[in-house]
Amino acid sequence: MGKTLAEKIWQEHVVRSAAGEPDLVYIDLHLIHEVTSPQAFDGLRLAGRPVRRPDLTIATEDHNTPTQNIDQPIADPVSKLQVDTLRANCAEFGVRLHSLGDIDQGIVHVVGPQLGLTQPGMTIICGDSHTSTHGAFGALAFGVGTSEVEHVLATQTLPLIRPKMMAVNVEGELAPGVTSKDVILAIIAKIGTGGGVGYIVEYRGSAIRAMTMESRLTVCNMSIEAGARAGLIAPDETTFDYIKGKPHAPEDWDAAVAYWKTLTTDADAKFDHEVTLRAEDIAPFVTWGTNPAQGAPLSGNVPDPSAIADAEERGAAERALVYMGLEAGTPLKKIAIDTVFLGSCTNGRIEDLRSAAAILDGKKIASSLRMLVVPGSARVRLQAEAEGLDKVFINAGAEWRNAGCSMCLGMNPDQLAVGERSASTSNRNFEGRQGKGGRTHLVSPLVAAATAIRGTLSSPADL
Amino acid sequence: MDKFVTHVGTAVPLRRSNVDTDQIIPAVYLKRVTRSGFEDGLFSAWRNDPAFELNQEKYKAATILVAGIDFGTGSSREHAVWALQNYGFKVIIAPRFGDIFRGNSGKAGLLTIQLSQHDVEALWVAIEAKSDLEITVDLEARTVSYGKSSVGFVIDDYTRWRLMEGLDDIGLTLKQTDSIDAFEKTRPTFKPQTIPAK
Repeated sequence: MGKTLAEKIWQEHVVRSAAGEPDLVYIDLHLIHEVTSPQAFDGLRLAGRPVRRPDLTIATEDHNTPTQNIDQPIADPVSKLQVDTLRANCAEFGVRLHSLGDIDQGIVHVVGPQLGLTQPGMTIICGDSHTSTHGAFGALAFGVGTSEVEHVLATQTLPLIRPKMMAVNVEGELAPGVTSKDVILAIIAKIGTGGGVGYIVEYRGSAIRAMTMESRLTVCNMSIEAGARAGLIAPDETTFDYIKGKPHAPEDWDAAVAYWKTLTTDADAKFDHEVTLRAEDIAPFVTWGTNPAQGAPLSGNVPDPSAIADAEERGAAERALVYMGLEAGTPLKKIAIDTVFLGSCTNGRIEDLRSAAAILDGKKIASSLRMLVVPGSARVRLQAEAEGLDKVFINAGAEWRNAGCSMCLGMNPDQLAVGERSASTSNRNFEGRQGKGGRTHLVSPLVAAATAIRGTLSSPADL
Repeated sequence: MDKFVTHVGTAVPLRRSNVDTDQIIPAVYLKRVTRSGFEDGLFSAWRNDPAFELNQEKYKAATILVAGIDFGTGSSREHAVWALQNYGFKVIIAPRFGDIFRGNSGKAGLLTIQLSQHDVEALWVAIEAKSDLEITVDLEARTVSYGKSSVGFVIDDYTRWRLMEGLDDIGLTLKQTDSIDAFEKTRPTFKPQTIPAK
């Protein structure tokens, strides 16, 4: 029987396999940031262990870092200590670090691909659940906890039990104005926040094949919101073209591409589970609740929990509406927004900024709201400025910030206030995710831009 | 890591589904560089609510948390495991867990037990009827017992062995250094390296 893409990559990285034990899997690239690494480095220090492969390890600062006044010391002393600890650890253990202010600093999942370090067929881990992002290149990439960060630092391997395989097929052509963010939100709504638990998801089908590399990154990024630790897409010419010319692209290009072309799921491979969506059925999609599966087409209404058959889901929806301050039956387009956030590892790349800028060009954001535009990396910011996108955002009345995780998570100065409502291109609408008491609606960059202009959740078609 | 063979304690029922790791511990509490002290951030958004289960006097001594489906979804933060352990929990029972959270728990010595929705419901009812209900978790026998009930649970042999022996994963893997060395010699040379920077 044939193999799936993920099975092939897995098999090629098994260092040791023994009955009744997890496979020992080699890790090709380890990405590090300041939040989930200090206790891991501390563990190494206590045990007197070195970092086995500093040359397969790279660190950047993103979660804690401010997006304004970055030339000044970090104001929050606890955040500063965590960033300083990363700097000291990287210096001590010989790990390459891109610090705040460095040209290659940015969100860890934006930095890897832009340096060309993310390549097909690799195993990639990071102490961050959105590591699945890198799967867009046909890599097996997943988030781990701090104990596993320490394990990879010490051994460059992880003992892992092989997950099951799921195929998510998106067939057909997306309508204009429908983005990869809408696709992944629709997928999550279909399979639920726990539907992918125990699986690696391969995204397949003509709609996926037609996507640009950066759109694919958005899809794979949110695999974990459906419970799947990893999500990936078979590499093709789109992938190869994107890597070509990047700083760490292979010097032996032909050998690399010849290998990359073998990275497909065999025709006779079998998935443990398959889900299919028709691209034509997918519309601009937004969330109304407090988990990423609680979403609906923007043209719809806030759902009525009493119409939900499953008792658990009904209870969750009731609680979500209370937290979100929403009434069942309210048209989603009537929901007024206080803050629009464009950025994050989900939608903070140059294509995201371009698509939002195209909507905002020559227009003004509503006086009732603020808009933060946060590039995913320092290089994305520079690229945007070279294209004049910063002027578009600033002239529209938005704030143009420096790179970082920013308002995706309430860990740096960019946060929602209690009761404040956002339309956010990030990945999680959990209670308090963007600041205690904050209310989050997940949206695409196009919906974010249209919402900023109209003041209520909107798509470009409403302008 | 401490050995885990059996645990006897009382439980607190958490009748909520989709308790993600941002609920277990919000990001603002993740700035410490140590593994201790995270109990102050545990379920922080709910800790001001007197009705919240953990705030009820009768559940103050609980060491077992019985939660709804999809506990520990979302962020990979191991701080969620540390916060539960720092607070005093030894065992978490739920119908389904987030993958990364479950893996982190196993590494840190917090036992996660997946029971059916039906069995969790029965456990909730029993705890709510008798808050000092004594529950015995036997990892060797793979059972959760209380009153006259005993429910079996599934856990893979390897994780069970590691928890029962309190073994350090890294120490185990370092015994395989020869295999790792040999594997590294077979890696294609076109695979990228971070150093030197380009």
